[in-house]
Amino acid sequence: MCATCGCAGDGAVVHGAAGGHDHGHDHAHDHAHVVPHGDARTVQLQQKVLAKNDGIAAGTRAWLAKRGVGMLNLMSSPGAGKTTLLEGTARALAGTLDIAVIEGDQETALDASRISAAGCRVVQINTGSGCHLDAAMVARGLDELGPAPGSAVVIENVGNLVCPALFDLGEAHRVVLAAVTEGPDKPMKYPQMFRQADLVLLTKVDLLPYVEFDTGRYAADLARVNPSAGVIQLSATTGEGMGTWLTWLTAAARCEPRPLPPGRG
Amino acid sequence: MHELAITEGVVAAVAERVPGARVTSVRLEIGAMSGVVADSVRFCFDLVTEGTNLEGANLEIIEPAARCLCRTCAAEFSPDWPILLCACGSADVAVLSGQDMRILSVEVA
Repeated sequence: MCATCGCAGDGAVVHGAAGGHDHGHDHAHDHAHVVPHGDARTVQLQQKVLAKNDGIAAGTRAWLAKRGVGMLNLMSSPGAGKTTLLEGTARALAGTLDIAVIEGDQETALDASRISAAGCRVVQINTGSGCHLDAAMVARGLDELGPAPGSAVVIENVGNLVCPALFDLGEAHRVVLAAVTEGPDKPMKYPQMFRQADLVLLTKVDLLPYVEFDTGRYAADLARVNPSAGVIQLSATTGEGMGTWLTWLTAAARCEPRPLPPGRG
Repeated sequence: MHELAITEGVVAAVAERVPGARVTSVRLEIGAMSGVVADSVRFCFDLVTEGTNLEGANLEIIEPAARCLCRTCAAEFSPDWPILLCACGSADVAVLSGQDMRILSVEVA
């Protein structure tokens, strides 16, 4: 029997009278509620569309927590600098923090080669026509990587500011990159993505003198969409902000309190 | 276009829950803040259901508006998406509804 609503546990449950079956409950079911309705029958499912993905993600999250592995989901538009940041991060933390990477791209193993050359263990997932990684793909990637206790896993999601936002991968933290060359309006244009970020990395800030980008306005717009996100201004080219990022990452990977960067602009 | 993957997920979940039954109608709930475009799901539905026990099924989508609760003044309000800002000026809000995407029910012949 279903402990929450009292209906029989497996198989269908017939509630008798046709129609009028108002049975709003939120708990997960693996059985259906059937209401006869003339020749047709209405089968109440009340199932979250992403239930399967979310279930796998929850399993991954529990497995990582038990193992003491911190996993981050790195997301951005294509070309914001995810791979360059990871290369610099891997080299800077070599010997300090064991980092493994799950690379998501539609095609090619170009990014995996770059990450591997920087000294990280890496698994490349090619999504083909898919525009995002899902929890099942990441679970398979983790099986292959077998991250050691106390290590970090960084997922470099498919470059896309829309679709990846919807898919829980079992990560502990979401980090969104935005390059100053993309323009300052991205948090307002892609709120779903930025609303779920724990940390926003404003990248390529060495190019600020050459582009129209008001960091103060950007921070204000981001705060309207996500008041609790931290922001780090960063340049992988000059190294600006890298120290703050590495400190944040190391603490996040070890599930310690994360020092938030001062200010937002 | 994550709606294609979402729609595939709907079809797979229905096939799993009512195996073998001919499905004539599907009712979905797609919240205003779910990040999924109902029109795109409609576009994908016929393509994805082709050759399955959902082929030809009617698709009904209800789109509930989002509701938020202000943690500062305790007011409940409908947000002006994408900015979740209470009329009192506080951005410290909890989303009560409008984020979910659910398969509500199906009709089987």
